[in-house]
Amino acid sequence: MAKLTFHGGVHPWDGKALSKDKPMKAIVPQGEMVYPLSQHIGAPAVPVVKKGDRVLTGQKIAEAGGFVSAPIYATVSGTVKAIEPRRVVTGDMVNAIIIDNDRLFEEVSYTPNDPEALDKKEIVELIKEAGVVGMGGAGFPTHVKLSPKEPEKIEYVIANCAECEPYLTSDYRRMLEEPEKLVEGLKIILRLFDNAQGILAIEDNKPDCIALLGGLVENEERITVKALKTKYPQGAERQIIYATTGREINSSMLPADAGCVVDNVDTIVAVYHAVKEGRPLMNRIVTVTGDAVRDPRNFYVRIGMNYRDLIEEAGGFKSEPEKVVSGGPMMGFALFDLDVPTTKTASALLCMTRDEVSMMEPGPCINCGRCVEACPGRVVPRRLAVIAEHHDAEAFVANDGMECCECGCCSYVCPAKRQLTQSIKSMRKTVLANRKKQG
Amino acid sequence: MSSILKVSSNPHVRSKDTTARIMQYVVIALLPAAAFGVYNFGIHALLLILTTVATTVLAEYIYTRCMKKKSSIGDFSAVVTGLLLALNLPPMAPLWIGVIGGLFAIIVVKMLFGGLGQNFMNPALGARCFLLISFTSIMTNFDCDAYTGATPLAVIKSGEGSVALTDMIIGRTAGTIGETSMIALLAGAVFLLVMKVIDLRVPASYILSFAVFVLIFGGRGIDGTYLLSELAGGGLMLGAFFMATDYVTRPITKNGQYLFGIFLGVMTGIFRLFGPSAEGVSYAIILGNLLVPLIEQVTRPAAFGKRAVRKGGKQA
Ligand code: SF4
Ligand code: SF4
Repeated sequence: MAKLTFHGGVHPWDGKALSKDKPMKAIVPQGEMVYPLSQHIGAPAVPVVKKGDRVLTGQKIAEAGGFVSAPIYATVSGTVKAIEPRRVVTGDMVNAIIIDNDRLFEEVSYTPNDPEALDKKEIVELIKEAGVVGMGGAGFPTHVKLSPKEPEKIEYVIANCAECEPYLTSDYRRMLEEPEKLVEGLKIILRLFDNAQGILAIEDNKPDCIALLGGLVENEERITVKALKTKYPQGAERQIIYATTGREINSSMLPADAGCVVDNVDTIVAVYHAVKEGRPLMNRIVTVTGDAVRDPRNFYVRIGMNYRDLIEEAGGFKSEPEKVVSGGPMMGFALFDLDVPTTKTASALLCMTRDEVSMMEPGPCINCGRCVEACPGRVVPRRLAVIAEHHDAEAFVANDGMECCECGCCSYVCPAKRQLTQSIKSMRKTVLANRKKQG
Repeated sequence: MSSILKVSSNPHVRSKDTTARIMQYVVIALLPAAAFGVYNFGIHALLLILTTVATTVLAEYIYTRCMKKKSSIGDFSAVVTGLLLALNLPPMAPLWIGVIGGLFAIIVVKMLFGGLGQNFMNPALGARCFLLISFTSIMTNFDCDAYTGATPLAVIKSGEGSVALTDMIIGRTAGTIGETSMIALLAGAVFLLVMKVIDLRVPASYILSFAVFVLIFGGRGIDGTYLLSELAGGGLMLGAFFMATDYVTRPITKNGQYLFGIFLGVMTGIFRLFGPSAEGVSYAIILGNLLVPLIEQVTRPAAFGKRAVRKGGKQA
């Protein structure tokens, strides 16, 4: 059988060996905890505590600011120290709740549920209340994703277990160590869609996960495991839908338009916690890795912890890093400063001793076509980049610039080392901002 | 600590490919043909190659210096141009032909248009055609110590006499320095294919469409020897694998590359069979180069997820 895959893509060095065999390790947070009010796409959350309040672990500290929004919970017990702007991974200053951790970890109690006894509305409500958002990076509120207009038209619920970004092993560890939660979570989501099949879509560089999960769902009529060819960006939403179902959607469509719902591993586990245990989203797995870190590994992290503390837990730096990236090397954000909090969408912290990109000088484009070949969006990156540099919004849209998913493949392959993704990305931002302005 | 962290847009890793490495591979791939040319035609061919390459590299260096720009000779593209041009010269051409051709290729065809990546015509080919027009008798004189008289294609065209096919495949015939040996050229082409510098889209569609054209219009029916002679003779192999594949001057879109190849095949056929000269590859490629913007325009791929929409499916 031909392997399930998509058009384009690249094979960067995967670096997963650094951390893949390190089990998830829980960290006990020490210092202050920072909770930015925007950790998701949509309206910022609204604080429900004020300076001086004492809060418990698991207590809601900010509620959703609208339908497309998500509440935020304290992950330690302590006192609210301030509500003020703090720097986040993107470099922006975002309003945040700061909690002084008293290290007592007093926790509220949760009411577990029997998912079988809940109706659809109650399930979505629990997920919404728990503040679950897409934890693969986008941070789209999960309850919105799970409430399409026509739920009976959803035919596939795809668990995105591709983890195609180099260096990342957090999903891998989750699948190996808590596979039951993933399967249970998927079953809960399937309860919302009567006509849907569940697919666990895993890249074939993780045969152990494929075997383990395959065994677990052997007797599940509605769930199958599908092995995908290992290639970046196999886990991009549009690409994974195409690989598993053969359906194509463009940037102005939703997965639901192709009868699909896609959620990543940690998100589905969060759904499980929210529905089955009644626990809000408070933790995630973060891979701390890279050649500058002494002991690369995977951590079970309380959201709100400072990145600096994560690095401390990984044995600190063994060499001075030149670049630190939040997320993977292909799509992650380079950090100005390590002093930023872990959020719901932080999958990894990659510390590189050398920043090879800054040593490469972009030369003239030689029209080699490698960027065209690699682009999963099937656009012509070289031309889009030129158009973007001329700030020609109209031509940019006409040449399908908005179909770019910012995966980074074009810049990765370019022998002239041109910053294609960067140019295209900033032009997309401009176009989106203009659209918003015009309403 | 925060001040030393480097910040830039994603991606934060890059492939090992560089422009210079790609150009070096092309140079390596041309070496068998060049070596055979020297073996076949003697020491003057070697001097001509060296002169031409030295001219292109020096011309580019001096030009960038005069323009107060950073020197670009490190990307090896000037070496490729010089070598390609030399392989397209008659073996006994005086050395100053190499100098003039090299200057024209770099200064007029390449640098005046903005340097690497901006030229719309392959510099080596542009220079060859310039030389053909300006110094016709020198450029069409293939007499040398080893061979007197016409190139194999001219012999075939005239219909008098014949050239042994094995000689053509090995390259023991008259012709330009680098075009005669099919074997040496194919060895280089295989190297480029294996190193993924080129792919088969342009060369295969070029050679196949040319073969079909010759079968239909050659007037000799299905004659294997004649067909192979047309393929092995003249500049077809050199052109199809090393000049039509020039990144800068071929279309960047997949379908555009097939279209480009077919166009070249047909034009070469027309020039060779119906034109005044037995050759046609250079002119065909230059004509094709001029059509690239148009070809790219009509072959822009449908973006992912837009195929259905374009085919009249639901508009999202
Ligand atoms: S990969 Fe780089 S050099 Fe090649 S066509 Fe694209 S932009 Fe130009
Ligand atoms: S143009 Fe966009 S989608 Fe295409 S390779 Fe570049 S970043 Fe990825």
